[in-house]
Amino acid sequence: MIVRILGEGQFDVPDTDRSTLDGLEEALNAAVDGNDERAFTSALDALAAAVRKAGEPLAPDSFTSSDLVVPFADATLAETKSLLDQPGGERT
Amino acid sequence: MGVMKRMSGILQAKTNKLLDKAEDPRESLDLSYQKLMENLQKVRRSVADVTTAKKRIELQATQLQGQADKLQQQAKDALTQDREDLAREALARRAALAPQLADLQTQHQQVADQEKKLIVTAQNLQTQVDAFRTKKETMKATYTAAEAQTKIGEAVSGISESMGDAGMSVQRAQDKIDSMQARAGAMDELLASGALTDLTNPVDDIQAQLDQVSASSTVDNDLAALKAEIGAGSPAQLGPVDDAPATDSGGAPA
Repeated sequence: MIVRILGEGQFDVPDTDRSTLDGLEEALNAAVDGNDERAFTSALDALAAAVRKAGEPLAPDSFTSSDLVVPFADATLAETKSLLDQPGGERT
Repeated sequence: MGVMKRMSGILQAKTNKLLDKAEDPRESLDLSYQKLMENLQKVRRSVADVTTAKKRIELQATQLQGQADKLQQQAKDALTQDREDLAREALARRAALAPQLADLQTQHQQVADQEKKLIVTAQNLQTQVDAFRTKKETMKATYTAAEAQTKIGEAVSGISESMGDAGMSVQRAQDKIDSMQARAGAMDELLASGALTDLTNPVDDIQAQLDQVSASSTVDNDLAALKAEIGAGSPAQLGPVDDAPATDSGGAPA
């Protein structure tokens, strides 16, 4: 699957790593919902690190859509929340 | 839905907005290319803005550091003249500048990071522009409505997604620059108003007191010389006095 880290680029991550990413994302979701800045920072760090580690960077001219998108890796909770409020970011 | 799918949905929404404008898939290729060029220009402007913000912070840090160094020197001078109280005061003021300097250093680091990321974003976009220019012509040439529509759709979605990313990166850098410029403006005002510079102004109170100490020790020396003269009955050798050049007849008037 293709995963983009905003501001960094795309990575081709083996599907076998999906469950690892899901687990890490769960912590991120909980931190966003619980408004927990500290938990958010460490969860985002862990998720971005896992994508970089498991994934192979795609060339910038590959023109592929991503399956998943990780927020800016150094973003604050507030910044990420305001990004998620944009059209298309609804929970449905 | 998780954060990653939601983020993906946001980029997708931006892509759809772009695709909706084109009726023929081939049009969407040209439209994407045009947008890509605009994006590249925006990112480049943003890089220039970040660099300017960085230089401004560097200038302010140099000014503040200069003031800190001056206070350090004043503390040394005060100690030489046995005025520990003045030395203490100078060092206290120097310490008060430290948080401001640390704040500037943090800001500098943040701006430098932004600059680095935007430069990479600009390089990647440039690569995409070059590659997409060729790719879109090839796609148009081999266009047969049925099969090409999907292929073009894929390419356009991919390119739109990275434009969405670049757009958000630029917005993010701009927000940071705006807040930094507000702070930098406040610091400039502080530097200009003298709230900081007064501490180290040549006629500041520490310097005035240091000068006074030096003047009064001259008086003490002169006084001692006069006392010695009265005791010994010979003309006193007084120190030179400003604006009153010594005459050849020597010494002060008896």
